[in-house]
Amino acid sequence: MLQPVKEDTPLHVEDRMQNKTEPAEPLLKVSNLKKHFPLTNVFGRPTGYVKAVNHVEFELHEKETLGLVGESGCGKSTTGRTLLRLTEPSDGEAIYKGRDIFKLNDKEMLKMRREFQMVFQDPHSSLNPKKRIGSSVEEPMNIHGIGNKNDRMERALDLLQKVGLREDQYFRYPHEFSGGQRQRIGIARALAVNPKMIVCDEPVSALDVSIQSQVINLLEEIQDNFDLAYLFIAHDLSVVRHIADNIGVMYLGYVVERAPTDELFSQPLHPYTQALLSAIPMPNPRIKKERIVIKGDVPSPMNLPSGCVFHTRCPHVMPRCKEDVPALEKKATGHFVACHLYD
Amino acid sequence: MVNEPLLNVKELKTIFSTEKGPVTAVDGVTFHVDSGETVGIVGESGCGKSVTAESIMRLLNEQTTKYEGAITYNGKNLLHLSKEQMRKIRGNEISMIFQDPMTSLNPVYTIGNQITETIMIHQKLSKEKAYVKAIEMLELTGIPSPEKRIYEYPHNLSGGMRQRVMIAMALSCHPSLLIADEPTTALDVTIQAQILDVISDLKKELNMGVMMITHDLGVVAEVCSRVVVMYLGQVIEEADVDTLFFNPKHPYTKGLLKSIPKLDGDRNSKLHVVEGTVPSLDNIPEGCRFAPRCAYADELCLNRAPELETTDEGNKVRCWHYKRIFEEEGANATTS
Repeated sequence: MLQPVKEDTPLHVEDRMQNKTEPAEPLLKVSNLKKHFPLTNVFGRPTGYVKAVNHVEFELHEKETLGLVGESGCGKSTTGRTLLRLTEPSDGEAIYKGRDIFKLNDKEMLKMRREFQMVFQDPHSSLNPKKRIGSSVEEPMNIHGIGNKNDRMERALDLLQKVGLREDQYFRYPHEFSGGQRQRIGIARALAVNPKMIVCDEPVSALDVSIQSQVINLLEEIQDNFDLAYLFIAHDLSVVRHIADNIGVMYLGYVVERAPTDELFSQPLHPYTQALLSAIPMPNPRIKKERIVIKGDVPSPMNLPSGCVFHTRCPHVMPRCKEDVPALEKKATGHFVACHLYD
Repeated sequence: MVNEPLLNVKELKTIFSTEKGPVTAVDGVTFHVDSGETVGIVGESGCGKSVTAESIMRLLNEQTTKYEGAITYNGKNLLHLSKEQMRKIRGNEISMIFQDPMTSLNPVYTIGNQITETIMIHQKLSKEKAYVKAIEMLELTGIPSPEKRIYEYPHNLSGGMRQRVMIAMALSCHPSLLIADEPTTALDVTIQAQILDVISDLKKELNMGVMMITHDLGVVAEVCSRVVVMYLGQVIEEADVDTLFFNPKHPYTKGLLKSIPKLDGDRNSKLHVVEGTVPSLDNIPEGCRFAPRCAYADELCLNRAPELETTDEGNKVRCWHYKRIFEEEGANATTS
């Protein structure tokens, strides 16, 4: 379905993973990212803050897929959106090619968005219903002034083919497509400006099971063909395990653990990761898993617990956890955890 | 089976009249649910699994909906009952939990009001006794300090808590049949695990029959004993859960099982793909409905629709070639 655009053969996943272990400069290095949304009263005075993202740090290398997982409200989508400055971060830095993208002015940021693109969750609301899909795919090229009209149309037609649609669908409207096809259009649009990195925000969770695998395979193919790095945000751990090289687990705005995918699944260190992994229902009736049940609900992000944010639900809670915030520390190669159990 | 099953759906057809003409959303669906067992109804969006549930509860607008076939519950055909008789069964003998706990509770009443309403109507208890009963039910579903929670409004509660309130409400009259329509789809995994535990504990305690509608095969493997797979308004396979996961017969079921990423699967291989998309209901393919997407389809499949056959093991499958496919491929364990 999809032809490689380059002559050399695409890298296999294994090769990609080996490359990544070389101490190369990361493509993107995020540290101490914070986003607090103010709550205001009728006079516009802040009365409190929704602390969506509190302390996020990670590195993303070229051609790598970093999965960000966590439950609703853990700040994974907000993290993705701040990287494209769709919402402004409250604090922190994100170094890309030696420059902090949070310090760029609007003009510089516009240029930067050529390298960062996004694929959204809901394929029904992320396309303009009044625009033919061809012009939706061309829009990013118009904004960035790439090529002339004919070049842009040619590239759009080429991209539609690359994501598995037909050239004659160029003049169709979004309502004529199914959810899976619309997600393909969203991917084609993100590819239009030849980005280095794509933030995929729950790209398959709105799709049916049999369509999900089509889109996951497509994302993997274009990653090889276009040398892309993905920040893959999702709540479905089996999907993330399949596509990601490294995974960051988030809870209440903190990255509590980050590790290479296989290691995270075989040796989860943080009690929250352990509970999260044990809660996934396995599509295998012969396996009866011992579940680690964590009591209660996620606390409100407006009123965070003191110390470690997980201490209210943690089965291994110690007196220390209520006072000190644990730092994200390295426990093995590429494996980081923020928990006092491992101090 | 000597005993009459608790719920027996036979050749059910649900036909909506639309501006473009009649649309058959459920087309000849047959299955049964016994007391104390959990039957999973699985399928993709538009396969008619929710419409089947709504037909059993008779929740659809009956001016634009026509039913055919029979839904027998405890010896009564639900399709022949009057509105008044149906109202006595709904919430009392058959209860339903809906997918979205955010929209299925009334935001202007306290949760106490909403739970006691059902109890007072069906069990003719006084308000005071109904409140005691409601607190008991909330406790059973694992809500902390229910005597305080009962005076709160739905917006005070989280998604998982609201779904517990829905379950408490659905079970407050000790129904013999519970229909759960995607009860955990809107919830996070750790909360999903808690809710599934609550449902299976209460099932044992009350010896209910449970009809679990879901698209998540993980949930099916965990809680169901028998599974009905639907595609475009028809049952295409019915089997016990072990056979369905380890020896599926229908090419659609096989494809579906192979296409989900597994937690213990090979990460470097590509995912299996079921080509194409589900056709819309006003454009149903002739012959076998899955034929246009099926790798095994031939002339016969494209022209003549297969019947739901009973296999040697006593399961059911709707496919012309399931025997041949089985002989050629053997029982390839798709889950391993």
